This record gives sequence, C-alpha cells and structure tokens, in this order.
Amino acid sequence: MPLIKDGTEAEDTWTFVSDEDELSTGGCISVTLARLTQDGDTLLSRNTQLGVRLSPEDDPAALEPFLDRLALIEVDFPKYTDGRGYSQAQLLRRRYGYEGELRAVGHVLRDQIFYMNRSGFDAYETARADLNSVMEALSEYSAVYQPGADDRTSVHALRHKS
Amino acid sequence: MYRYDEFDARIVKERVDQFRGQVDRRLSGEILEDEFKPLRLQNGVYLQLHAYMLRVAIPYGQLSSRQLRRLAVVARDYDRGYGHFTTRQNIQFNWVGLKDIPDILESLAEVEMHAIQTSGNCIRNVTSDHFAGAAADELMDPRPWCEIIRQWSTFHPEFAFLPRKFKIAVTAAEHDRAAIRVHDIGLHIREKDGVTGFEVLVGGGQGRTPHIAALVNDFVPETEILDYLEAIMRVYNRHGRRDNKYKARIKILVAELGHEAFTRQVNEEYAAQRSHEKIDLPEDEIERVNAYFAPPEFADKPAVSKGFERARAADPAFARWAEANLHPHKVPGYASVTISLKPVGGVPGDATDAQMMVAAHLAETYAFDDIRVTHAQNLVLAHVALDDLYDVYRELDAAGLATPNESRITDMIVCPGLDYCNLANARSIPVGQAIQEVFKDPDYEADIGKLHINISGCINACGHHHVGHIGVLGVDKKGEEFYQITLGGRADEKAVVGDIAGPGLKADDVPGAVKRIVDTYRDLRTSSEERFIDALERIGHEPFKEAIYAAD
Repeated sequence: MPLIKDGTEAEDTWTFVSDEDELSTGGCISVTLARLTQDGDTLLSRNTQLGVRLSPEDDPAALEPFLDRLALIEVDFPKYTDGRGYSQAQLLRRRYGYEGELRAVGHVLRDQIFYMNRSGFDAYETARADLNSVMEALSEYSAVYQPGADDRTSVHALRHKS
Repeated sequence: MYRYDEFDARIVKERVDQFRGQVDRRLSGEILEDEFKPLRLQNGVYLQLHAYMLRVAIPYGQLSSRQLRRLAVVARDYDRGYGHFTTRQNIQFNWVGLKDIPDILESLAEVEMHAIQTSGNCIRNVTSDHFAGAAADELMDPRPWCEIIRQWSTFHPEFAFLPRKFKIAVTAAEHDRAAIRVHDIGLHIREKDGVTGFEVLVGGGQGRTPHIAALVNDFVPETEILDYLEAIMRVYNRHGRRDNKYKARIKILVAELGHEAFTRQVNEEYAAQRSHEKIDLPEDEIERVNAYFAPPEFADKPAVSKGFERARAADPAFARWAEANLHPHKVPGYASVTISLKPVGGVPGDATDAQMMVAAHLAETYAFDDIRVTHAQNLVLAHVALDDLYDVYRELDAAGLATPNESRITDMIVCPGLDYCNLANARSIPVGQAIQEVFKDPDYEADIGKLHINISGCINACGHHHVGHIGVLGVDKKGEEFYQITLGGRADEKAVVGDIAGPGLKADDVPGAVKRIVDTYRDLRTSSEERFIDALERIGHEPFKEAIYAAD
C-alpha cells in the first residue's frame, strides 16, 4: 500500500508479520505487541530493525522498555471512527518520548490525517489519499487551539508571547 | 460577549474552505457517503427524514443581534422561513440543500459563527446558564470558561473520534439552570481560599439508560481545568465502549467501572501528565477572555420602576406576562426577559425569520445587544431595564412572542418526533400541542405554577422526558403509538430521573391523564406556593399514578 512519510511518497521497506506467520529471515519486520512482549529478546537480537504494530486496545505503556530499540511503531485504525490510536500516539510521543517513525495504518483517510499529524504521526499508509491531498490536508489550518505532538504553536502561546 | 481575534477568525474561515472542498469531493463522487458522513456530521450536517439538516453552533447560547439577524437571513434565503432552537442552545435549519451549505457557513463566518462539532462523536457545543452574567444567584459569570473550553475542544486532535458524542455544561449558580448533572461532564464553578475552580461531575446523561453524573473531583483550580478535562477525555477515549453505540457514552464507562475506579483512573492519568504535556492555560488568557464578558454599563436605577408598576396595573395581559416571564437581575432596576417560543399550538423552539428580526431589534434597542438561547428552547434578553419592559412586551406581543408561560406547563421541551426525525417511534409535537390545548386558559395555567413537561418521541430522549416533572415518552407497540408517563424527574441541582408511572397510554388519552395529574396536585398541595415537584416529593407518586389511570 502507498506510504507517505515526512511529506513525500516513500518506499515501504517493512513487512508486518502476524502472530500466525513464521518470521522471515531478513528484512525489517514489525510484529504484534503480544509477540514483542513474549519474544522481545530474540527479536531484538536479530540483525535487522524491529517494529511493532499496536491494536486499538493495546496499552502503549507496554512499549516503554523497548522504545529506544524500535525503529517503527505502527498504529492500526481498523475503522477510521475508532479514535483510540490518537491517544496511543500522543502517549508514545509526549509521555514516553518515542522519536522513531510513527505510522498510521489501516483505514487511513485524507480528512483524518490532520488530526493524526497533530497527535504525533509522521507516516501514513493509505490507499485513499495521494500525496497532494495529504499535503493539502496538513495545511488546511494555519492556527490550532491546543498544544500537540507536532511542532505547531498553540493560539494560547501566540496570543501571549512576551 | 466574546469577539473573534485574528486566530479565531482564521480558523473558522479555514473550516468553511475545508468543508467546501469536502462537499465538492462528495458531489463529484470522489468520496463515498460513508466516508463523507463523519465529515458532514462534525460540521452539523445531518441527513434527516426529508432533507439535509444543518445545525449551527450557538456557543453557550449567546448571540448578538447581528448574529441573530444573520440566522434570520439564512432561514429566509435557504430554509422555509424559520429555524428551530434546540435543547443544546443551538439552532437547526431543517430544509437546506447540501450544495448551499458552504455558502451558508461562509455567511455565518462573517458574523463569527460556525457549525463546528455540532454533531458527530466529538466534544459538542458547551452549554451554560442562560441567565449567566445577569442572575442574582451566580458566583460569577460562567461564560468566559465556556469560551475557553470551546476553544480547547475545537479540532482537538486526540478527541475527534470518541466512542460517542460528548457534552459539557458549565454553571456558576446554586440553582442549576444548565442541567449539568445530566451531561457527560458537568462543571460547577466554585471558589476556595480565593481561588476559582471547578467541581467536576462526570457520567450524567439521558437516552436509553439515564444516569445522574457522579462527583469526580470537588475542586480543580482554574489554571488546571483543561489538563484535568484532558485526563477525563483520554480515559474515556481509550476505555469507553466501542462495540455497541448504545453503551458507548461515558456514563456507561463510569457505571461499568464503578464511580471509584473511574475516578481513580482519571486521577492517575492526571497525575501522570508530564510538565510538557500540560496545556498550562496562561493567566493572561483567562484575563483576556474574561474581559469580553465585562458587565455592560448599567444605569443607576431605583429597584422599583414607576413606569413598570403603572403599566402592570393598567394592562392585565402585561401583568400576567411579567409575572411569568421575568427573572430577577443582579442589578437593581433591571430584569431578564424570557421570550417564549412555546405559543399554544406552535412547534416548540421554532421561530420565523421575522420573529428573529424582532428579537434582534429588541436586543439592540433595549438589552445591550445580548440574546440567549435557553436549553428549554426559548430566547432570553438578559438585561432589560424595568422602565423599558412595557415597550419590549408590546413589540413581542405584536410578533406573537409574548406567551406568558416561562417554566409553566405549556412551556414544554418537545423533540421533533416522528414528524421530522428518522429515529423516532412516535409523534411528539402533536401530543405536546394537545396537552397545551388543555391548559391554554392562562388563569388555570398560572394557578398551576411552575411545572416542566418534557416529551420525547423515542428512547433516545432528545425531549428530556427523564428529567421532566412529568415526562412523556412515545413508544411503538406493533405499529401503534403509545405514551409512557414518568413522574418526578428534574434536571436542576436536585437532578433525578423520573419514575415510570405504569403502562403506556394511547395518544388521545395523554392530555386527560396529564390533566388528572395536575388536578390531583391542585387538590393536595399545601398552598399555591407549593410547586408541583415539591408536592410530589412530599406526598409520593402514588396518588398521581392512580390519577393517570382513573379515567371514567
């Protein structure tokens, strides 16, 4: 599926391996939280980069011990109406300080991407929005009322900068 | 009242452009109805039984005359010459075309209005006391806090796709006119050791499973309230149920976790916030917003107005209206005026474009340019000099806006019901009108005094039947409409969900049953000073239930 990352179309070098599937021998793989917590040491000792895919009910706090060794966290939106991924992203970025790639996967639509970006996502795997429309979606608002996990300055701060 | 600064104006303008693009993409087929739905919903656009409906936000029910005039123009140019004021202090236009909505929103943006988050599973319009800034019994004006919360909740990136809609109400008065205990979050402004803060109630709501909100924190200082709200919202967003939309409101989460466990989770989340996660609402910002709500320049007037007393003595109809529709003001020589949108036989909450123009003119001429929408679907002129009341009354009367029934039995909250709504099981407006017919004699109605009848056409309870002193709920039984009566509900500081009185009645039997309830009250009350709801509490429901089924 097309990947948009850091404002450009990017090659996807990652493979998600579900719990039922065998781990491939090489390449960058992402696994479920369950697999990561079970086989973390083995997985991390592999000679390739490791990522994890969170389901909406997963608690991002469980990733804390792994964060500095993860190169990718995917947050799954099984339906765009399920907004739990926004809280997961905010927690990962702002509370736990994760700095690697944070990718929205699943039902990712153009008009959700602004919120995703503000919540800390920097990559979007989507078949429903091309690069132009993603960039457009990200620039629709020039001011925001809340601090977020992006680099926008909130209106509060702009109003009262001394 | 609040005025947009450059940032507010820009955000609302950008919203119009964004929505125009979304409508274009929908009309061209680029996005599917299913994907368009949450976009239009977050902008107040519903697909109703007959047409698209547009719900425009009236933040905490506050309007200027310029804004009300613009709403009148929208009603005239894009709808069928009227608008419908809602129990969330908003206005709905029931007959607009989808293609016109971007133009309507652009026109509203010119007068600092929008339809942002008036529907959808997000934080909705913040509601408040319709006598805010005027009521003698308030600690302070709650509107600045409503505005601060409005801004914080607007396009909040984390809370745009909640399990379900989310409603916040704020009051600062001991007598709760904002129904905060039946909101997802109810905030009561308090003062402690010279610091302003909030009592925080969570998990109230109506619908299928009514709940009265639980106390989660008895005092959160003002500078921390947004951070505390974030903690509540995050617990809800992460843990609220998403498997069943009827169990998705925060009231169900509070009930299923239990009050204590829910409170603990919120407090843990709040305690875990690191300093850079805090919103840190600047004191300067609180001051900036407060300045917009500084009291108007009231004249120095005696508490008694000779002109008002003279007119009252001379014109019994005016005296009757003044008796019913005035509310005490904190400044001597002034009153707050309720403009009833509940004429007998009318549609509760509807106003024509011409009526809106009259209310706007009166607000501008006599009431410091300040109009409120109440959650009981009436309008209020918050600050009118007693000396001007007779002039105001005569203009209202000429426009069909002087029904003397504020908080009385014909001043009902009624949902649109089967006549408009695709969720409804039964009609509600005609039932309300039939009840009004029974009580239309103004002397009879005045004798009954304060009594709230609320009518819903289905269990979603948009007509607030659970918290009506007398509630009426329409249900469908094998294709026939039946109406269940509830007794003893209330939405104020003593909020309680009404008791179902017994089996449902046919529509034709409802007015007679209500009349028997009311006449039982008149027989049993200690004096006309004892209100219906107080008599019910003192005596118990039994005699009233018997009265319902005592048809001859």
